[in-house]
Amino acid sequence: MLAFIVRRALQAIGVLLAVGIIAFAMFRFAGDPVNQIVSIDTPAAEREQVRRSLGLDDPVPVQMARYLVRTAQGDFGVSYQFRQPVSDLLAERMPATLELALCATIFATVFGVLMGVYSGLKRDSVLAKVFQTISLIGISLPTFLIGILLIYLFAVTLGWLPSYGRGDTVQLGWWSTGLLTGSGLKALIMPSITLGLFQMTLIMRIVRAEMLEVLRTDYIKFARARGLTTRAIHFGHALKNTLVPVITIVGLQFGSVIAFAIITETVFQWPGMGLLFVQAVQNVDIPIMAAYLMLVALIFVAINLAVDILYTVVDPRLRTTIRQPT
Amino acid sequence: MTMRTKILAATAAALLVGAAVPAMAVTLRYANQGDLKSLDPYTVNETTTNAHLGHVYEGLTKRGKDLAIQPGLAERWEVSEDGLTWRFFLRKGVKFHNGNDFTADDVIFSANRVRAQGSNFQTRVPSNAEFVKVDDHTIDVKLKTPNPILNSQWDTWYILDKEWAEANNATAPTPAAATTPSYAALNANGTGPFKIESHQPGVKTVFKANKEWWDKPEHNLDEIVFTPIGSDATRVAALLSGEVDVIEPVPLQDIQRVNSSPNAKVLSGPELRTIFLGMDQTRDELLFSNVKGKNPFKDKRVREAFYKAIDVETIKSRVMRGLATPSALMIAPELFAHSKDFERPKYDLEGAKKLLAEAGYPNGFEVGMDCPNDRYVNDEAICQAVVSMLARAGIKVNLMAQPKAQYFAKVLKSGNYNTSFYLLGWTPGTFDSHNVLHDIEGCRDNPQSARGESNLGNFCNKKHDELTDKILVETDKAKRDQMIKEAFQITFDEYGYIPLHQQALAWGVSNKVKLNQRADNSVLLYWAQKTE
Repeated sequence: MLAFIVRRALQAIGVLLAVGIIAFAMFRFAGDPVNQIVSIDTPAAEREQVRRSLGLDDPVPVQMARYLVRTAQGDFGVSYQFRQPVSDLLAERMPATLELALCATIFATVFGVLMGVYSGLKRDSVLAKVFQTISLIGISLPTFLIGILLIYLFAVTLGWLPSYGRGDTVQLGWWSTGLLTGSGLKALIMPSITLGLFQMTLIMRIVRAEMLEVLRTDYIKFARARGLTTRAIHFGHALKNTLVPVITIVGLQFGSVIAFAIITETVFQWPGMGLLFVQAVQNVDIPIMAAYLMLVALIFVAINLAVDILYTVVDPRLRTTIRQPT
Repeated sequence: MTMRTKILAATAAALLVGAAVPAMAVTLRYANQGDLKSLDPYTVNETTTNAHLGHVYEGLTKRGKDLAIQPGLAERWEVSEDGLTWRFFLRKGVKFHNGNDFTADDVIFSANRVRAQGSNFQTRVPSNAEFVKVDDHTIDVKLKTPNPILNSQWDTWYILDKEWAEANNATAPTPAAATTPSYAALNANGTGPFKIESHQPGVKTVFKANKEWWDKPEHNLDEIVFTPIGSDATRVAALLSGEVDVIEPVPLQDIQRVNSSPNAKVLSGPELRTIFLGMDQTRDELLFSNVKGKNPFKDKRVREAFYKAIDVETIKSRVMRGLATPSALMIAPELFAHSKDFERPKYDLEGAKKLLAEAGYPNGFEVGMDCPNDRYVNDEAICQAVVSMLARAGIKVNLMAQPKAQYFAKVLKSGNYNTSFYLLGWTPGTFDSHNVLHDIEGCRDNPQSARGESNLGNFCNKKHDELTDKILVETDKAKRDQMIKEAFQITFDEYGYIPLHQQALAWGVSNKVKLNQRADNSVLLYWAQKTE
């Protein structure tokens, strides 16, 4: 088991290195950071001074090597736009993104499972058809459009919910939370729905398909024959068995929820890491872009590693193949 | 209800009460597309940042609602006969936000700091000007050559407190390329009408009214909350729903919708920025063209043909929805007294075709055009209109529109002026014609000199440059204006550039707020009145 984890950790470093190299190769197409830093009437000599002091006049491989060495030491550099350490900026923005991702995932799971179970059990009812339609919308409409539609309906027309930002936040140590204030909770509703809608439809469809599958199996028939209540059969036996793939999907998708938060955060001016990244791209703020991409890669790698480990715990067959790699 | 739920409910209630804002304070909420990137007033010379910091910091001079220079931290000033010594009499009894007195030492300190390595405002104060303290509230500025526009940009040369900077290790300006965090970039201590209460870059900045300000406030605000909102739709939605009181800018396509809402209206007016087209007139062969072995733009007839083939009135009515002022000059009429003497040559497609035929291009030619797509109002749409207008004269334009980060990297000096035909916008930072004559219209022949650095197509005329040098030191206003007119006439007659228009400002303002709009697009809320 330990050897397995060590091997996966080494692979993870390889993945991060690859992400770093690809990202760095792409930054050259993002434009010239110097023009974004200085104003248009800055003399060329001053621009060159800026370029030199940032080390941007060195060849790309040198810049990349320097960046990787610094990153390995835990130094992500200073943001070109904000003149603040990137690690501070990311730490400051991370709570907003994680709270949003968490709420979106809870929303997606609760509603996805409920709707999935219902449309699995009552396939032909009108409500089930409505759910199917909603799931089609959730899959086919782009996130930013859903966000803007929600804003115009609930913020501009009805005036129920705030159109942007996090509302009031409370500081718990270094963690700023919007979960403890009324305006913070209200501000979470629309972004969470926007971000979670796609996952919700995914979960709903999986639960529905699994339910239909499970309800046909022998043990459900036996349960019926034993005269158990429908409620016990559906929720005690059928649903329980559909949940394994759901948990896997929720876990694996959590990484993409964080990564996809970029669009939702931009639409709602949600002060999280995704918004920071979008601003960084517009301003060619390479230290932030690089650190964010590495961080997202790290989250994905960590989640995958955790899921792999959990699989081996759950499934003994995998354990034996791990001990004897072919 | 168990004990635990009771405690929880009580805590939640307490938090909800605590979160509510006190009812009496007048808070103005303001959202801008751009961000307040650094609180150090010498880091980035950019209108939005300068306007923000103008609430906190002040210069020796100010500019009023009509952009006229007014006394600021200097009560008055005198210029000696020879024009080489300026004496500034500083205002007494002014205090910085931390309680320190404002004195001549702070001015001298700021003059050195603004000219130091890393400052983006080095040109605000001539490098060889000497600042001499006469007494605590009098300063002499000794110049090597006369400079009639010495203080024209001092309204945004903000004065810092010497003791504060020294105590916080902020005596050097925060360079735009800072590699270490800086105290002055995150904290501010000025003399202005507002103090910074909290600042989270990219998220929110809160300004509180400075009750001890030396002047009588023209606003009735207690607090300003600034949020950057990059997404156009969200910014407009926040205004329409009443969550913010002022937004800048309102996208052109949303103006109607804001005006038809019961909560807000759009405040618009001409901006000082001139949008123009430039042509590469220096290379012997264009980089992006099918004409080989020669450069068609070196022929004045071709430039004139381009000028006449473009219909600015259509661009104004169709692309800009009426929110533009067509321009004959490379400077806004507000900034140059004799602007009215220039009239834009009329749109004349047949004349343009004839000129092209005379120049040897009866069937036109192909040329590449560079255009930003996120910098100016409807920039890409303007370029597309230009492309189709020139097509009627037989010119095939291959348009390359890209985000400003890539666009500027290509066309500016650092990209080796890698363009044949481009769209650019310019506001003279000094609000004076010399800046345009020198930076945009000056010859680029000396790579050591800053002259013509933003003259991407290198329009060049020696007589024009001689005039520019004289204009710099001429102190007689009437004579100076006459020379400026002569210089602009040269560019005008040579068709050195194709000025298009001044774009319009569009601010969204809640009906509860009264606000003055200044033509340089500075949103200055110290002139705002809000009724609840």
